[in-house]
Amino acid sequence: MANADCIIIQGSNMAECHPVGFQWVTEAKARGAKVIHVDPRFTRTSAVADKHIPIRTGTDIVLLGALINYVLSNDLWFDEYVRAYTNAANLVNEDFQDTEDLDGLFSGYSVKDNAYDMESWSYQTTEQHDQDSDDAAEPDESALSTHSAYHGYGTSWDEHHGEPQDRSDETAPEEHEEGDDEREQAGGDKYGSGGAPVGPGVPLRDDTLQDPQTVFQILKRHYARYTPDMVQDACGISIEDFEYMARAIIENSGRERTTCFAYAVGWTQHTLGAQFIRTASILQLLLGNMGRPGGGIMALRGHASIQGSTDIPTLFNLLPGYLPMPSVRTETFTDYLDTISARDQKGYWAYADAYAVSLLKAWWGDAAQAENNWAYDYIPRLNGPHGTYQTLMNMLADQVEGYFLLGQNPAVGSAHGRLQRMGMSHLKWLVVRDLNMIESATWWKDGPEIQSGELRTEDIDTEVFFMPAATHVEKSGTFTQTQRLLQWRHQAVNPPGDSQSELEFFYKLGQRIRERLADSDDPRDRPLLDLTWDYPTDEHGDPDAEAVLAEINGRHLTGENAGKPLSAYTEMRSDGSTSGGCWIYTGVYADGINHASDRVPGSEQDEIASQWGWAWPANRRIIYNRASADPQGRPWSERKKLIWWDEDQERWVGKDNPDFPIDRAPGSTPGKDKRGGDALAGDDPFVMQADGKGWLYAPKGLVDGPMPAHYEPQESPVANPLYAQQQNPTRMTFPRWDNLFAQSAGKPGTEVYPYVFTTYRLTEQHTAGGMSRWLPYLSELQPEMFCEVSPELAEEKGLEPYGWATIISPRSAIEARVLVTDRMKPLTVRGHTVHQIGLPYHWGVGQDAVVTGDAANDLLGIALDPNVHIQNGKVGSCDIKPGRRPRGPEVLELVSEYQERAGLTPATSNTMVTDPQRELTAEQIEDGSP
Amino acid sequence: MSRFSPLEWPVFRQFRTADSTGRSSAVVSQRTRDITSRTETADRVVQSICPYCAVGCGQKVYVKDDKVIQIEGDPDSPISRGRLCPKGSASEQLVNSPGRQTRVLYRAPRATDWQELDVDTATDMIADRFIKARRRGWQDTDDQGRPLRRTMGIASLGGATLDNEENYLIKKLFTAAGAVQIENQARI
Repeated sequence: MANADCIIIQGSNMAECHPVGFQWVTEAKARGAKVIHVDPRFTRTSAVADKHIPIRTGTDIVLLGALINYVLSNDLWFDEYVRAYTNAANLVNEDFQDTEDLDGLFSGYSVKDNAYDMESWSYQTTEQHDQDSDDAAEPDESALSTHSAYHGYGTSWDEHHGEPQDRSDETAPEEHEEGDDEREQAGGDKYGSGGAPVGPGVPLRDDTLQDPQTVFQILKRHYARYTPDMVQDACGISIEDFEYMARAIIENSGRERTTCFAYAVGWTQHTLGAQFIRTASILQLLLGNMGRPGGGIMALRGHASIQGSTDIPTLFNLLPGYLPMPSVRTETFTDYLDTISARDQKGYWAYADAYAVSLLKAWWGDAAQAENNWAYDYIPRLNGPHGTYQTLMNMLADQVEGYFLLGQNPAVGSAHGRLQRMGMSHLKWLVVRDLNMIESATWWKDGPEIQSGELRTEDIDTEVFFMPAATHVEKSGTFTQTQRLLQWRHQAVNPPGDSQSELEFFYKLGQRIRERLADSDDPRDRPLLDLTWDYPTDEHGDPDAEAVLAEINGRHLTGENAGKPLSAYTEMRSDGSTSGGCWIYTGVYADGINHASDRVPGSEQDEIASQWGWAWPANRRIIYNRASADPQGRPWSERKKLIWWDEDQERWVGKDNPDFPIDRAPGSTPGKDKRGGDALAGDDPFVMQADGKGWLYAPKGLVDGPMPAHYEPQESPVANPLYAQQQNPTRMTFPRWDNLFAQSAGKPGTEVYPYVFTTYRLTEQHTAGGMSRWLPYLSELQPEMFCEVSPELAEEKGLEPYGWATIISPRSAIEARVLVTDRMKPLTVRGHTVHQIGLPYHWGVGQDAVVTGDAANDLLGIALDPNVHIQNGKVGSCDIKPGRRPRGPEVLELVSEYQERAGLTPATSNTMVTDPQRELTAEQIEDGSP
Repeated sequence: MSRFSPLEWPVFRQFRTADSTGRSSAVVSQRTRDITSRTETADRVVQSICPYCAVGCGQKVYVKDDKVIQIEGDPDSPISRGRLCPKGSASEQLVNSPGRQTRVLYRAPRATDWQELDVDTATDMIADRFIKARRRGWQDTDDQGRPLRRTMGIASLGGATLDNEENYLIKKLFTAAGAVQIENQARI
């Protein structure tokens, strides 16, 4: 970021939430970079930015889409970059219909499943054209049978082991990915390290970009109505402010200059969160700002190893390294691999078989053999979503007996705190592992539901174990920070009292479970008994974290190097001769050296600082950095040079580790018989994508559309100004009487909850408070829950500065101190004034913390993004009035009185297709009839 | 040096030393001279990383008599260059806070308060419950007869505050046990 010429911070309050990282924004600004902050609130980030642009929360796609339109309609894109490095010239299936054609839906929408069939979004390829040309989109049923027909496709995996087969002489199975399947399994985030597979055949292109079916022309039409006027109307941003922002970005993009975006959960926690980021990606690709110094899109994440816990996922839908969890649809190992990539495709996902076999070898050692498909059947199968909110629903239905909470406080930090606590009261047992006695461990005696009388301690059957955890200095191990950098922590002291690291606790729990099952002949216990679970331990029996890191890195199992650590994931094989627990981390332990603990001081290195920690993949600090040079391999400019092709050495050289085959010449065009990394042409910088290009249009991978379209939040007083379709038609909802939503779009009842609230964090507190509200220093700095309101709203509702206010949503009512501030600005949207209320979410109701208070997240309902299943946490509807909330059962009466007045039912705001007239249209689309 | 020496009068000190403006060594009292910082008396200094957000600031952990006595920013870090925010600066208190729970506690069904348990007993109890819940929540196949081989009786939440090595063992153990409802803050 320090190298950027313009920085757009949108959906993040970086100066307050990532203050130390913000020094690089300050450095960039000191060198003359322009900094713009787009946020509903004026914060300390805004205070030091060149400009603050207030926005109505949840409308970022309108703003970013209008910037795309501005670039396209004024011929401002980076032409050479776009032509060479993106899919702009690709031709899209003639059957594709845009939201412009269907008033807010794309083609392929199924009313039955509330999901898309993505067939019509695909590229035109040579194969399609060789076949019949009248191939309309396949109806669902025949697609399903196609799917099952190739379960036994080709030869079985047994005959496939060893070097992957050359399939060029076979007809590859028809690619078919169904939106509802992807949606159920949060398919979107399995692409964390690359793109979705594209179909067989060579995509057709029109390099003049004039064909109406080119991605470029489709994009142009899609965003044509995203105009400055629309931005003013939808986002509440003036035309002058929009033009200021557009000019700043344009003037600071191109050969000589780069613009960087930074976002945080202000972009992700929406029913179309993944698409917010996609919109910025399209803009950055059009302007040539990807893979270059000072470019890119920075995710500012909130936990020390939230990146690591996605790479090595404690997530339901992933295995390490973004390999998907197997589903019932992938009965055989071959089926499974087919869903990840075609093994004859371009890019490094072609070797998914090597990554998967190495993982299975790491987990099941000698029990994983070619004969049993490397123990593939030891992995449980998914047949639907099992995210944290679906698990909550299962808890409420008494289907979950035991629950582990590992440094997470859902009673305060997750959406709809009341449901979270009620869910836990249905458990048989709960294990809370934390440093402090968090609210998720004490709800049974002092939670809000005990106070309101909904629950009685003496009636709650749940057993609760509180197991004290170790702090970061009481164990060694790696955190992966937000730029994919692994940093090792050395242990300073032993954990006090009974405290244990998770490493120790889970290692010992695993030992005891295995001891108890040791004599079992039940095949269900084989995966546990065959598991490799023997780590070297110290005198206390604690496992050695470095040995675990070495297993993650992987090793050679056979041959002259047997036992030696792998140096790079390219050494992984699918014949069982290598192991490795997370392929993208291979190299962190190359040569038996823990590179995560590399600590050459920054002052002794260049700005890349490649000898401080280790970044995945292969210690590259800027991914896709081939794009930092032009198609001929020369830096786009001296000022922005990073890596380049050295004619004499016939290698890529430069400041960073090249993210490209090191000896692939810029002009090379490998033959069609090549696969994987070998198939990458000299101008294919996006090495994980199946076509080597940056995607302006995603033919696959996102379940809610190949291009982002604006939809209003789950509950919004405003009608969608762009389409008849009000909300994301593929969002995930949980219609229940205890998860009601406000009326939307001015329908009767909308006025009961007329205001928009958004939640956020403070510098001095951390997430749900488990690591901050127990510290006297931090508690003194931010002692009390408050709400930020504008002077206009305070006047309208009679709210007294520093007095109390009660905020009522369709789920709950909470109280907060009133902070009247012109940091909150009323916005004019479609002729109406929209008041927004800011709520920090750190406090919770309990008795153990130094400071307690009502939890903002109790106000939230549960509705999810369909790609990654993140909750809609950044926007909701509410009312506010002066005074404290009622105590005891009266608080429930207040909430129900509002619900009744607004006429809410589980159906409210939960309609998937907004206009019933248009449901017919959608049916027609599904039937394939005109 | 006697504290009554006229040479120690501030004005003399000021002229006697090179501190002619009287803003440096001349105005340092004996008491201040006698004080040393905690960081200087530490037995050892350990390099670490801040546990709060994902910027990944470097920390130096000062240890004396096997206790953490101070945590400061690590100037060697190319990411943070020695700086820490209020949370990172307070992280010594995260370790030494008087309110921190360091004992295993157990709440029995319908009980109104906690009781103490030792770690081994608690771990055994959890292992027993884990096996039972796993069996009771087991699903061999779905309604179309397709294999599931999993348990829905156990769920877990959390991981973004933990180490990669810890997440790895958690995912490995739970997956081998057939538990699929494993989640963390990345989806929150």
